[in-house]
Amino acid sequence: MAIGATDRKPVRWHIGVFLLPAALVYSAIMIIPLAATLYQAFFSKSWSFVGLQNFETLFTDPRLSASFWNALRNNTWFFIIHMLVQNPIGILLAALLSNPRLRLRGFYRTVFFVPTILSFVIVGFVWKLILSPTWGVSQGMLKSAGLGWLFQPWLGKEEYALTALSLISVWQFIGIPMMLIYAALLSIPDEVIEAAECDGITGWSQFWKIQLPLVLPAIGICSVLTFVGNFNAFDLVYAAQGAAAGPNYSTDLLGTLLYRTFFGYQLQLGDRAMGSTIAAVMFLIILTGVCIYLFLVQTRLRRYQF
Amino acid sequence: MTLHRKLMLATAFAALAAGAGSAFAQDVTLTIESWRTDDLTVWQDTLIPAFEAANPGIKVVFSPTAPTEYNAALNSKLDGGTAGDLITCRPFDASLDLFKAGRLAPLNDLPGMANFSDVAKSAWTTDDGATTFCVPMAAVIHGYIYNKDAFEQLGIEEPKTEAEFFAALDKIKADGTYIPLAMGTNDQWEAATMGYNNIGPNYWKGEEGRLALIAGTQKLTDEQWVAPYRQLAKWKDYLGDGFEAQTYSDSQNLFTLGRAAIYPAGSWEISGFNANATFGMGAFPPPVQNAGDTCYISDHTDIGIGMNAKTPHPGEARKFLDWVASAEFAGLFANALPGFFALSSAPVTLEDPLAQEFLSWRGECESTIRSTYAILSRGTPNLENDTWNASVQVIKGAETPEDAGARLQAGLDSWYKPGAM
Repeated sequence: MAIGATDRKPVRWHIGVFLLPAALVYSAIMIIPLAATLYQAFFSKSWSFVGLQNFETLFTDPRLSASFWNALRNNTWFFIIHMLVQNPIGILLAALLSNPRLRLRGFYRTVFFVPTILSFVIVGFVWKLILSPTWGVSQGMLKSAGLGWLFQPWLGKEEYALTALSLISVWQFIGIPMMLIYAALLSIPDEVIEAAECDGITGWSQFWKIQLPLVLPAIGICSVLTFVGNFNAFDLVYAAQGAAAGPNYSTDLLGTLLYRTFFGYQLQLGDRAMGSTIAAVMFLIILTGVCIYLFLVQTRLRRYQF
Repeated sequence: MTLHRKLMLATAFAALAAGAGSAFAQDVTLTIESWRTDDLTVWQDTLIPAFEAANPGIKVVFSPTAPTEYNAALNSKLDGGTAGDLITCRPFDASLDLFKAGRLAPLNDLPGMANFSDVAKSAWTTDDGATTFCVPMAAVIHGYIYNKDAFEQLGIEEPKTEAEFFAALDKIKADGTYIPLAMGTNDQWEAATMGYNNIGPNYWKGEEGRLALIAGTQKLTDEQWVAPYRQLAKWKDYLGDGFEAQTYSDSQNLFTLGRAAIYPAGSWEISGFNANATFGMGAFPPPVQNAGDTCYISDHTDIGIGMNAKTPHPGEARKFLDWVASAEFAGLFANALPGFFALSSAPVTLEDPLAQEFLSWRGECESTIRSTYAILSRGTPNLENDTWNASVQVIKGAETPEDAGARLQAGLDSWYKPGAM
């Protein structure tokens, strides 16, 4: 018995103690508000339990559902532009940066990454000025290249505003996929590359057949980060177009719709029940997207890893 | 030793301070809650000294909170019983809710209330018109500010009628030196506030139409409510290139830099324009349809002041409110803040010529407030916010005036039942 007692590992209290501060802070500022928001979605404005009625209103009320579907559609387009533009360009930049013959690599890396650390407010304001038909430089630059006829007040036209904003966001966040994929490319062992060269696989076919499959997990991570970031997006639209997400709600994302509904806007009073409902739906959308990635995509990607 | 001396000094100061405090103990101090942080110096240097000089024994402290936090901060102070004696009132529903909750005292029997018209009081009166709970303090007036040099150069007179207005715009456009109208649709609210609600009162005959809309006897699909959209649709050709992405501050800068001839304005622009523009400026009210028609202006109530129902000094607070209702206050306030006009019916002369021009329209035209602010923006969809959107769509040509009217009326009908409120 005495031997057994000495063999038993002592309870490792310090693990719990070390985790506690982070767990407390995280619960206080993330988990509890999130749970409270989800909880509130089941109550009316006057705090009586209404079950799923808020969700029913959101999806059936002709005006609210029109705003919601419009925001979701815009949000999806926002995401598609990011996937089609941000990730391929990120991969391309990473591939160029990892080219051993490239000079001034550190300089380029920094330059491409700098917009990512800028505040949304600065990015929104600067781009608004650049694209401004009144003072902006874009019109003059296009004219000097003989392309003056291409100029449009992009941010003010319903058909272009959302795409223009998406591209501004791509410009801002291009550094993140670039860095993640660059790191993944650097971590490919030289032996693999050398073996490929021995087999006569060089240049572009080496990139397509060896490097790209090996960085697919990093691309997957980028995609899921982009997905979460895009469906939570709010700041850039708010900074560039205001909470009314003009022109004619063409840049309205779920985030701006949530803001207007929850906090109210101008003379419109805030509705915390409906706001929480929209927040809950956003949470579900993001949760579904992340689950699809985790259970369907990532399990397959594992096969390429060492 | 040094510590000992410091302690003694502190004690001496404390005794002095206590003595000074007791010397003024009979004075009553009134605290004003406000969101007008910008006006702090005006209150401290001009308004409060004038009142204190005339009313010895009453001290007034102006204690503003940031505009975005004001409503929430005021509500929690009122709940906690720590709010000031005098409350600066937001127009319409925010203050009406406070009155209904018993936070603001009724002021019907305040003698100074006689100095105000019903329009001036409308923002702080119950829906049935029976009780007024804040003294109207300031309003902003809408119209057009123009570049005098441009008008002289092109030989244009201030337009009196709509036909003259568009003839002037055509002339400016043909000349090409100036952008005829400095307004953009990027920020949306200008199209409704400086567009629709600026020109509209001439069509719907000011208060008559506004009240009929609330009573349900007129609809937004009626001619007098659609016609302003028809005029707005014509504005498109006179706005600057790329007006779709032109922001509010772009428009202000275009005008003050002398690149635009006419600016659809609110009077709050006056002090900013005076500081930035290097040319002479004039102003004219929204032109009427036919020469000789009665003109109507949007004279929109913006700031009021009421009394905390739980104030320990109701007598002194009422004295102050009565002074706010006086002609003396009206003159001091409007001169200190050109562009914010006191609402009192007492005649006031302003030193700023542009502000005086705006103010003079009160004598020539009938005043009204923005049609969407009272009662009609209580529900969802919100009529004011929808009007922003509709005005922009109409200016861009993306929606016909008739469709815009029908859409707004349908939105209003979905929650507003005339007479039920």
